[in-house]
Amino acid sequence: MNLEASHLGCERGGRTLFSDLSVSLRGGELLRVAGPNGSGKTSLLRILCGLLSPTTGAVRWEGTEIRRLREEYSKQLVYIGHAAAVKDDLTAAENLRIACTLAGLRVSPRQIQQALDSFELADLPVKRLSQGQRRRAVLARLVVSDSLPLWLLDEPYAALDAAAGRLAEELIDGHVARGGAVVFTTHQDTRVRASQVIDLDA
Amino acid sequence: MTAQSVKWFWYASPQTFYPVAGVIARWCGAAAAVLCAAGLYIGLFVAPTDAQQGEAYRIIFIHVPAAWMSMFIYVVMAFWAAIGLAFNTRLSHMMASALAPTGALFTFIALWTGSFWGKPTWGTWWVWDARLTSELILLFLYFGFMALQAAIDDRRRAERAGALLAIVGVVNVPIIYYSVQWWNTLHQGASVSLTRAPSMAATMLTGMLVMALAFWMYSIAVTLLRVRCLILENR
Amino acid sequence: MLEAARCIVVRDLLVAWRRRSDVATALLFFVIVTSLFPLGIGAEPDLLRSIAPGVIWVAALLSCMLSLGRLFAADHADGTLEQLLLSSEPLGVIAAAKALAHWLVSGLPLVLIAPLIALQYDLPAPLYPVLALSLLLGTPVLSLIGAIGAALTLGLRGGGVLLSLLVLPLYVPVLIMGAGSVDMAAAGLAPDGQLLLLAALLIFAAAFAPWATAAALRISVE
Repeated sequence: MNLEASHLGCERGGRTLFSDLSVSLRGGELLRVAGPNGSGKTSLLRILCGLLSPTTGAVRWEGTEIRRLREEYSKQLVYIGHAAAVKDDLTAAENLRIACTLAGLRVSPRQIQQALDSFELADLPVKRLSQGQRRRAVLARLVVSDSLPLWLLDEPYAALDAAAGRLAEELIDGHVARGGAVVFTTHQDTRVRASQVIDLDA
Repeated sequence: MTAQSVKWFWYASPQTFYPVAGVIARWCGAAAAVLCAAGLYIGLFVAPTDAQQGEAYRIIFIHVPAAWMSMFIYVVMAFWAAIGLAFNTRLSHMMASALAPTGALFTFIALWTGSFWGKPTWGTWWVWDARLTSELILLFLYFGFMALQAAIDDRRRAERAGALLAIVGVVNVPIIYYSVQWWNTLHQGASVSLTRAPSMAATMLTGMLVMALAFWMYSIAVTLLRVRCLILENR
Repeated sequence: MLEAARCIVVRDLLVAWRRRSDVATALLFFVIVTSLFPLGIGAEPDLLRSIAPGVIWVAALLSCMLSLGRLFAADHADGTLEQLLLSSEPLGVIAAAKALAHWLVSGLPLVLIAPLIALQYDLPAPLYPVLALSLLLGTPVLSLIGAIGAALTLGLRGGGVLLSLLVLPLYVPVLIMGAGSVDMAAAGLAPDGQLLLLAALLIFAAAFAPWATAAALRISVE
């Protein structure tokens, strides 16, 4: 698997966040995007998953522009952004099942339960969960997403306690070890060794 | 890239287009003034008095060309919107945005003059006939386009959202027109059409065509001036 | 493809069920508006009978439009909209599923309540099936076209009012054909033409509106 982005430029609200940025990612690599708030980390991640069009440059998956691939590309990735991306009125299990169906993953109820158990989540409507529990409910997606080669995670460790943070690190490490690729942004110090770092502060 | 496509996209650059627009606008403005004078002369002095409607009918020389322009401009606007979405050229989007106010103006003029025509002819200031009602809805379509673009702060999203709306609108205009037609047929049946022979005196037709041309030149001039402003704003 | 569409419809129905009061309010609006007209115009039976189709149709239109704001706004706020854009199914299918769920929650109940309103207006009994059929064919079109407007105005300040301005001109053919069919039946003529045209509008909207909605969503989420 091969993700290439060349000469990416991004302008938001009249400001140029970054220009002439190039990214090259292969299986088994871990890319960390660093930089202060407002430097464009989230924008870069959204450009890589196809939600945002770059002002200049293009992103290519296996040689083809992701603009042309549309769903073919979306099928290969998991994107977990800032927002929780769960329906407050549904339980964590229901949300996870929906997320899997939309991603085209065939997941059994037992696997869903296992994923939620590993993050120690109760079967309550999400609006009754605390901020940290909500974040864990979202990350439970990663447990069932090992077949998707590319993971794009925006601040995966935010609002997680030590135990959940370690679990998240394990999942990311495991995915990279299996030959997947992970791009993530984070403020915090993490024990996970990144094979590449892009610093948007420069 | 062929030499031909290079030439097109060269003109698509706002900086290159700016001076060109100025030159064309000046010539079209002059043509508009001349044609308008000629058209009004024909309409007010040369065309004969109508047997049934007397002198009041002369407002047709502004009403009908304005109505034609209002619909024509919407189609052109949708055309530029489509080009902008397809090729991602900012100038195309600017053309669409610049055309909207002029289109709305002509729609308003058509409605206003239609009202003035209606009073002596049918006795009321407003009639819910097919053409006037369609023009009213067209006015709402123009306002919707302008309101949407005004409500979005991000320029790129504003242009593309407006473009999509214009395209959806242009597809719907025939549907709206024919459903309103079915709903009511009170207005004077189209006596000037591109497919049928006109049933009015030749001078009347000439007068309307000259005025239509005058409005067309005016639209081009004003739109290009507006595009120049947009280019400067978005530098 | 159908699996994902079914999943979204069920999800939206589930969320609507757990937020029943929101849905009920929109339906209540329909009833209240239709009650206003006699108060404003006078309760003369012949007058009410003649304006009934138009009033019911306009009220249905307005009620549908009110609930459109909810179509994508909640998804946008909690981040699930982005996940829909990144789904493995074509976005047009997803948009169609959302419109279907919206119709089931906001349009279909109107079809069921309309006969009660018609009763209030003393609409002659033979016209009830025509009214119901016209609403059955027309309200899905309102949801489909409204979805485009909802997607374009996502997250904007002007919000609901802007949405109305964009969408009402596009609703005019549906209104004319819908109310017109009942008027034709009331005049003793066959409403077939108008109903067939409504069906044609439905097919046309079902074929093209989801793709326009998908394009609008992509533009708005950027």
